[in-house]
Amino acid sequence: MSTAKQKESFFRRLVSNQMFIPLIELLLLAVINLINDPSFFKITLGTNTAGFPVLSGYLITILDYGSELAILAIGMTLVTAASGGQDISVGAGIAITGSVILRMLCGRNSRPDELQMPIICAFLIAVLAGMIAGAFNGLLVSWFKIQPMVATLILFTAGRSIAAWINNNELPIVSEPSFGYFGNFIPGIPVPTPFFIALAVMIVTALLLKFTNLGLYVQAVGINAQSSRLNGLNPTLIKFMTFVLLGICVAVAGLIKVSRLSTINYSVVAKDIEMDAILAVALGGNSLSGGKFNMTASIIGAYVIQFLTTTLYKFNVKSTALPAYKAVVVILLVVFSAPVVREFMSAKWKQLISNKAKKEVA
Amino acid sequence: METKTRESKGLFSKLSNMTDSNLLLTITIVVFVLMYIGAMVFLGKGFLKPQAFFNILNENAALIILSCGLSLVMITGGIDISVGGVTALVTMSCAVYLDHKNGTVGGAMLLALGIGLAFGLVQGYLVAYLDIQPFIVTLAGMFFAKGMTTIINADPFNVANEQFVALKNTRVNVPGMGSYNKKGVYINAYVEIGVIIAILIVILMFMMLRWTKLGRSFYAVGGNRQSALMLGINVKRTRFLSQLLCGVLAGIGGFVYFLHVGSGAATNGAGAEMNAIASSIIGGTMLTGGVGNIIGTLFGVLSLSTIKNIVASAGLDQAWWTGITVAAMLCIFLVVQSIVVARKK
Repeated sequence: MSTAKQKESFFRRLVSNQMFIPLIELLLLAVINLINDPSFFKITLGTNTAGFPVLSGYLITILDYGSELAILAIGMTLVTAASGGQDISVGAGIAITGSVILRMLCGRNSRPDELQMPIICAFLIAVLAGMIAGAFNGLLVSWFKIQPMVATLILFTAGRSIAAWINNNELPIVSEPSFGYFGNFIPGIPVPTPFFIALAVMIVTALLLKFTNLGLYVQAVGINAQSSRLNGLNPTLIKFMTFVLLGICVAVAGLIKVSRLSTINYSVVAKDIEMDAILAVALGGNSLSGGKFNMTASIIGAYVIQFLTTTLYKFNVKSTALPAYKAVVVILLVVFSAPVVREFMSAKWKQLISNKAKKEVA
Repeated sequence: METKTRESKGLFSKLSNMTDSNLLLTITIVVFVLMYIGAMVFLGKGFLKPQAFFNILNENAALIILSCGLSLVMITGGIDISVGGVTALVTMSCAVYLDHKNGTVGGAMLLALGIGLAFGLVQGYLVAYLDIQPFIVTLAGMFFAKGMTTIINADPFNVANEQFVALKNTRVNVPGMGSYNKKGVYINAYVEIGVIIAILIVILMFMMLRWTKLGRSFYAVGGNRQSALMLGINVKRTRFLSQLLCGVLAGIGGFVYFLHVGSGAATNGAGAEMNAIASSIIGGTMLTGGVGNIIGTLFGVLSLSTIKNIVASAGLDQAWWTGITVAAMLCIFLVVQSIVVARKK
């Protein structure tokens, strides 16, 4: 009897754990791929055109391209938790920061023979640009009290235009090979660099959450801004700060994106990534209306999205048709996590159990 | 001198006693009139012809309809960003139906309505009855519509259906308006069919919002959901109907857009949701709900497209200026709204 109860409570704890949902999704996708084509999981060690060893395979692709998404998901989780809304300007933000990096590296000449400044300086200036963009959004949200999604609509509309304007609508190309290291491979290391960058951002975030009160404050503001104010917090400042932090994440993602191609296409770079970033937060089981959050779940959510995208590509879905499938996933997800539906289902579940118990008694 | 100060004082107190709705509407109309006069004075010729004004209407008939729908949901306290995607889906479906399936124009109209209705029904149900954030639902709706458009047909193409082309090229002369061209021939100003549909919808929506029970309950629900519930208004049904109507209007707007451009393409209506939201906000519809006016929305669309035309004819014709100006205008009006709200407190 007691073991049965223990078992039940273990099961319940497992199901109620926030990590449960993204992990199950990951497992589900893995199983689908395993049934469809086991070679999906094959990883081969080959050499690239420069003759250095590189790992390749679908799983490596997921780790590689999931990096930007994971980095964005970290910032997006904080913004979502604090403000109860999402930033839809991250794609445009990547265009802006990427454009800034290229402008700094190339100067006025779009095909420079040598870089105008060290890459790290260009990156730091891009971080500044990302922070300014974030601060603009944050100001509108926290100070002027405009809904986050509508406030960020401004940069969503203007961002790519601003990015084009920064480089005078030219497409600078960086020929310096070391610039490509951030988005591809460092010679001699077979694992793609974006993965390490994402790992570094994750570690910094983990330390930040562990050793500062950031996480607590953000959740307090998200759950009830009014009562957090009465407890001595400054909700305006904290909301503002989350947007600035997201701005930094956007700049890091921007560096990876432009480094991949050593150039930029203003209207295409990081297209629809805002949808994926929001989806990562939702898939991680975080409430989109703010409050409590689980950072690890969001990061796993980001890789789930990339897994889904890669799987869809494997099934020969065109890149332009991808959003339709993802939209269906989002709708299913939000429907099943809607409080109304949950209550309805748990009521049904209880009814089912009580019926069973009645039968056993009879 | 004395009378002047009293007058200005009177004007100021009048302004500060205005309701939010009237104040925002006044700001919008004043901005539009000033902008148009400014354009006439400084940029001259192009803006002086009556046809210049009617061309703005011709180009933006679809946007007017979409903005009406958005004003409706925003007044009720919701939002719908799927309208641009629905527009693209409608144009592509109708184009494929007309050209590849040899359909009729009437059938295409029904198809457009049906698509709008389907989006409105599903999104309305999810938002109102399952209580999911409207932004998330309609964001998914937008991506679904855009993805579906390319699944139906990836390549853009012009429709060659004769019946349709005839309807597309129909021009309705505006009596008493016109201008002489360089050769001195009098040319009557004209509007396209879409403009007439748009004007009809503006009038209908205006009457509905002002004089019907449903219209008033949109304002009540948007203003304060709790008190609307206590007044005995069916809040869920009202929210559902607002999203449904917006979906239907997106379908009609999509068809009008199709009628204007005459082609099916996945890029049709790109950014329309942003323009429609911007127009509604510029027109004095509050994002927080409960405040808004369809006439303001009409002026919002006109202001937005006038500023676009000014930007274009001022020589700043690089594509990026349009995006930046629209965003800047949206930003300014959002801040103005925020100040109008803060004024009371």
